[in-house]
Amino acid sequence: MKRFLGFVKKEFLHIFRDFRTLIILFGIPTAQILIFGFVISTDLKDARIAFLDLSKDEITQKISDKICSSGFFIRIDNLQNYTDIDNILKKGTAKAVFVFGENFGRDLISEGKASMSIIADGSEPNTATLITNYATAIVTDFNRELAGIPGNLAMMVQPEVRMFYNPELKGHFMFVPGVITLILILICALMTSVTITREKEFGTMEVLLVSPLKPVQIILGKVMPYFLLSFINVILILLLSWFVFGLPVKGSLALLLAESMLYIFMSLSLGILISTVSSTMLQAIFISMIGMLLPTILLSGFIFPIENMPKVYDYVSSVLPPRYFIVIIKNIMIKGTGFMYVWKETLILVAFTVIFIGLSIRNFRIRLR
Amino acid sequence: MTNLLAISVHNLVKKFGSFTANDNLSFDVFEGEIFGFLGANGAGKTTVIRILSGLSEPTSGEVMVAGFNAGKHPEKIKRNIGYMCQKFSLYDDLTAKENIMLYGGIYGMSRSLIKERTHELLKKLRFEDYENRLISDLPLGLKQKLAFSVAILHEPKIVFLDEPTGGVDPITRRQFWEMIYEAASRGITVFVTTHYMDEAEYCDRISIMSEGKIVALDTPAELKKQYDAESVEEVFVKIARPNY
Repeated sequence: MKRFLGFVKKEFLHIFRDFRTLIILFGIPTAQILIFGFVISTDLKDARIAFLDLSKDEITQKISDKICSSGFFIRIDNLQNYTDIDNILKKGTAKAVFVFGENFGRDLISEGKASMSIIADGSEPNTATLITNYATAIVTDFNRELAGIPGNLAMMVQPEVRMFYNPELKGHFMFVPGVITLILILICALMTSVTITREKEFGTMEVLLVSPLKPVQIILGKVMPYFLLSFINVILILLLSWFVFGLPVKGSLALLLAESMLYIFMSLSLGILISTVSSTMLQAIFISMIGMLLPTILLSGFIFPIENMPKVYDYVSSVLPPRYFIVIIKNIMIKGTGFMYVWKETLILVAFTVIFIGLSIRNFRIRLR
Repeated sequence: MTNLLAISVHNLVKKFGSFTANDNLSFDVFEGEIFGFLGANGAGKTTVIRILSGLSEPTSGEVMVAGFNAGKHPEKIKRNIGYMCQKFSLYDDLTAKENIMLYGGIYGMSRSLIKERTHELLKKLRFEDYENRLISDLPLGLKQKLAFSVAILHEPKIVFLDEPTGGVDPITRRQFWEMIYEAASRGITVFVTTHYMDEAEYCDRISIMSEGKIVALDTPAELKKQYDAESVEEVFVKIARPNY
């Protein structure tokens, strides 16, 4: 045990003496969370919108003027019919279209209320939400003004929001679970495979193998610091997203941390496996980056929803562990569900871990024989 | 040098698939002896060292190292040997002292014993000033001497040196061999492979391997006489490349 602890200490020294390792460990996660968070900004300025005014009366004129003079929106076009809506949104020249139906003015006077539609481009969920929220607020304000005029008490404009292309606004704040998933596989798989192959490349692995340390102790000793630091990272990311972006963990924090530990363990065993098949650090980096990082970003559902992928990619992504962890973490963090909803994915992660460790042991044996 | 055996190999065969790396080797190494292990690249030297140090299992034959069977008790062997490989075996990003502490700890030495030996060792190498310097800041010669000292820090029965002096200047090589002699005089058996034929002359006995077999084994003087050669280098060329 004392031998082992000395060895673990040495691994920590490696990490803390190497500025680059520290940056990868703590700089990148922080930067990613902050960049993702602020790029998805909460301020709306000069959003381009179009109007489809089929009623063309005094009230619609007033509402659209009010919207445009708010400073948040720029009117770029006045559309003539409903088919134009799809065109202008698809072209992306407008982010939203405000629609007043033919009977708007008549309904407002005869029935005291009328509906206007706000149709937003849901493929950019964040902008779409902001536009509809701001516009709804302006219309509410307008209603209050109307109510202020004596004799108009009963009049009311009801904004109806519709999202095109992405009705449920998936992707909003999805970046935190995605970043955790990505960061952990990056740190664990990449860093462990690199640190183990580094020993191989520098010849120190031979010396360690010749020593009384057992191979299991060597591997555990190399992996242990990364386990601890990765776990600290999870907590760091959660704190950041809570304090900076106000994103709380809806479900059980203990469950989330436990699942994270499982995922870290799985990623570490993947890193060990990568190190058994690569003899140089470059090779390990290449396998981790091309083999793990790119597929994780592209196929795990981090950015692009799996449901929208062609079937083939769906199958490819089903062998990627991050895909399952994203489901787990989204469920616990955002939907607030319990273990009952994620036990299948958890089991799959356990299976991956067992497979990776089994293959590593097999490869290691072959190398020693 | 005594007549007790540090290493005893009988009919060692090591096969990788259909390729025979070690073809029926038999040799003995005495305690306190400096045993030179020569051979061209690919002759099978590294395979032998790996088997002797418990890293690899022999296909057949009996291999006894420091009194233990290499096929059956490699862990016991590991505790009684030291090892220094051709690639530099200290950690660049740790200080000299940290490296010593690390290896001392791995070999289960007590803290106080490590401290005591560290002190002795650094003093002997006139190394005190470098104690807290990173290894990457040291010149290659110093690193190599330190690596050797670390390999024998736990006073092993046998130390394996796999091309220890690669890339080092002649003066440092000389000093390095003085350290080897000093270790051998304390009873540590030295098993060394080298590419430098002048170094082979420093060994008590040398063996020359070619294509998986040991083709010559004797003292340098005896081999030179036998092959009618001026130097070990000439012997080596005559044996390893008969048509050269």
